[in-house]
Amino acid sequence: MTSAVASDHEEMGDQLHNPAFLQDLRQQMIKFAFLQLSSLPQAEDVVQEALTSAFQHLDSFKGRAAFKTWVFAILKNKIIDVVRQKSRLVTMSELFKDEESELSIDELFDASGHWHKYEAPQAWQSPEEMIEQSDFWIIFEACLDHLPAKYAQVFMLREVIELSSNEICSKLEISISNFNVLMYRSRTRLRECLENKWLLKEDCSC
Amino acid sequence: MLTCRQATQLLSEKQDRPLFLREQSGLQLHLLACRSCRRYAKQIKTISQLSKAFKNLDG
Repeated sequence: MTSAVASDHEEMGDQLHNPAFLQDLRQQMIKFAFLQLSSLPQAEDVVQEALTSAFQHLDSFKGRAAFKTWVFAILKNKIIDVVRQKSRLVTMSELFKDEESELSIDELFDASGHWHKYEAPQAWQSPEEMIEQSDFWIIFEACLDHLPAKYAQVFMLREVIELSSNEICSKLEISISNFNVLMYRSRTRLRECLENKWLLKEDCSC
Repeated sequence: MLTCRQATQLLSEKQDRPLFLREQSGLQLHLLACRSCRRYAKQIKTISQLSKAFKNLDG
């Protein structure tokens, strides 16, 4: 038992002294933060703060969780702070300038509002089975990246950072009905993308 | 009767707010008859779970 704990710490020590590991981790964190803040300088700042804080509190990391999980938990809290401090992140006109994204919802339904034959949702595996597939997360991330930036931002604040809809609306200065539309399109596009890219192993232009 | 488009929109909103009774009953009625929208309902819940797991992934 003692040796297992020791080797966790040893492994972590190795990771922290491995520039390639750190560089890779930093890039992933920046990408994660950027999706939510829509500003590269802010994303870099918040990642720097999270990493600094992680290194300062290394002794509170007991090797219970993977190092990366722990650092991302710190990053998530830093992002929440930034979102709460900012009076507004984006303007309404920015949010709605992605007009092309309107199309992909329209083309899923026919004129009477019912699913087109080839767009109707197919049966999926259970989430547990999906997560077990090694390439699942790569595809999930690719589909998130596929969302227009403003949609990804609102989606991530709601589903990943888990802010309430009211909080998101007041921070972004959008109405609840705009929020509902953004979430609806994000979920629908993400669903479509996951199904096409992974479950049906097809290329997708969604 | 709701269209699939209206039903999926309500299903999305249900993830973020409690539906009114009237919305809820219209939705239930639609879901009884529509397998595609039942799948959509299940899958957006899955996406929500996966999103929460996304930040914890290791690799």
